[in-house]
Amino acid sequence: MEVRPAETKIILGGGGSGKTTILKMALGLVKPDSGRVFIEDQEITQLEEEELMPIRKKIGMVFQEGALFDSLTVGENVAYRMRDAKTHSEEEIEEVVRQLLGFVELERAIDKFPSELSGGMIRRAGIARALVGNPSILLYDAPTAGLDPITSRTICELVIQLRDLEGVASIFVTHDLESAMTLASEFAEALPSGEVVFKSEDHDLCLVNTRFLMLKDGGIIFEGSDESLRSADDSYIQDFLS
Amino acid sequence: MNFFFRALYEIQEFTLLSFRTVRSLFRKPRYFEDILRQMEMIGTGSVFIIMLTGFFTGGVLALQSAKSLKSFGAVNLTGQLVSLSLVRELGPVLTALMVAGRVAAGIASQIGSMVVTQQIDAMRGLGTDPIKKLVAPRMIATTTMLPLLTVVADLFGLVGGWIVSFYTLRLNSALYWNTAMRSLSYNDALEGLLKPIVFGFIIGMIGCYFGINTTGGTRGVGRSTTQAVVTASILVIIADFFVSKVVLEFRY
Repeated sequence: MEVRPAETKIILGGGGSGKTTILKMALGLVKPDSGRVFIEDQEITQLEEEELMPIRKKIGMVFQEGALFDSLTVGENVAYRMRDAKTHSEEEIEEVVRQLLGFVELERAIDKFPSELSGGMIRRAGIARALVGNPSILLYDAPTAGLDPITSRTICELVIQLRDLEGVASIFVTHDLESAMTLASEFAEALPSGEVVFKSEDHDLCLVNTRFLMLKDGGIIFEGSDESLRSADDSYIQDFLS
Repeated sequence: MNFFFRALYEIQEFTLLSFRTVRSLFRKPRYFEDILRQMEMIGTGSVFIIMLTGFFTGGVLALQSAKSLKSFGAVNLTGQLVSLSLVRELGPVLTALMVAGRVAAGIASQIGSMVVTQQIDAMRGLGTDPIKKLVAPRMIATTTMLPLLTVVADLFGLVGGWIVSFYTLRLNSALYWNTAMRSLSYNDALEGLLKPIVFGFIIGMIGCYFGINTTGGTRGVGRSTTQAVVTASILVIIADFFVSKVVLEFRY
């Protein structure tokens, strides 16, 4: 499989089919038994942990349960990468943190600890943390799992915005078909006023920057658009969609 | 995997983690703040229990040994017996066992919780090496703080022994301190400080090893914590034998 800039690949599949493992392989957290992994034309399959560190700076990952550092506040979590790299002054870090938390609408939670946040806030904080350093690739591990429809919608809008306005390549692992279909059928547009609006594809416009991948027992059984996914003959896919 | 291969595998993994941790000390970035924080938590946090342990160990040592020494008419040597036993053996071992119970458990549960909540994966994903950030500071903290804690335990043990000797056995204070101090040689002090360095390394690394290899959610964290304490305690006792043997070989 391949993901291009400004493209989202949505990975569907039952539990244990290997969805999260694909994300971990892309980030170099686990090594594949066979096959090869490339990040922006550089093969990372057999790289050592230290060699992977600069490559990981190009990638942001949003973990399933957020995986925020529970001993740090939201602001400190977002600032973590910058403080660790020691590349920014405290003033610059503060500015970036506020900007990113503003993007995910969490400015008021900057001094809160993860244990004080709701599930949706944790995921949004996770997105803000993943966005530090403007990564060109974002990996989402079930970011809408267990969330209410309104919060899921907010997270989908963030993903769409990053894809369409920032040109971020992303892999979106999910069980949540509604979120997946939102990503495949809506796009973001920035108005001259700076406001961002979300529009749906219609008869005149078909989104081609979001494609689906269906996994079963560690193998890919489908790859294509949302339209072809819906019309697929495979009984497993039909069962999954229904 | 049968027991033998499982044990061999665990030894291999522990050795690899130890090697990577030591190697990481020579590579940037270095996390001095984390090292100081861990030293404070492990060192300062353990001082009180170590003081109590040392004090009462010294006291009971004086009580028990005086009874035996009395039958030889050598009760005056109580100070010597207390100081030699404490500095060479009981101080380092009991301090290590107390710290193993408190610190190895704490390290294993803290890192284990981070593993099961994917915080370690997130840390790696954010470009931080968990060995440098989490393991090395804890190893350095236990290795440097345990000798200091042992000195505290020895001192309080001697004081405990003195109080028992003076108030219960009616021994002369000057005699107690004189025999206690004069019996100690440079080699005894060296042995008493070498052991805690080895024990500190074992406690820190075992806590981190079981923490990092935690699987199975919160139940797994509990299992790792127990395993860390048990393994660290057993290894401390085993290492004590070998360090004593090596020191004795060099001494004579």
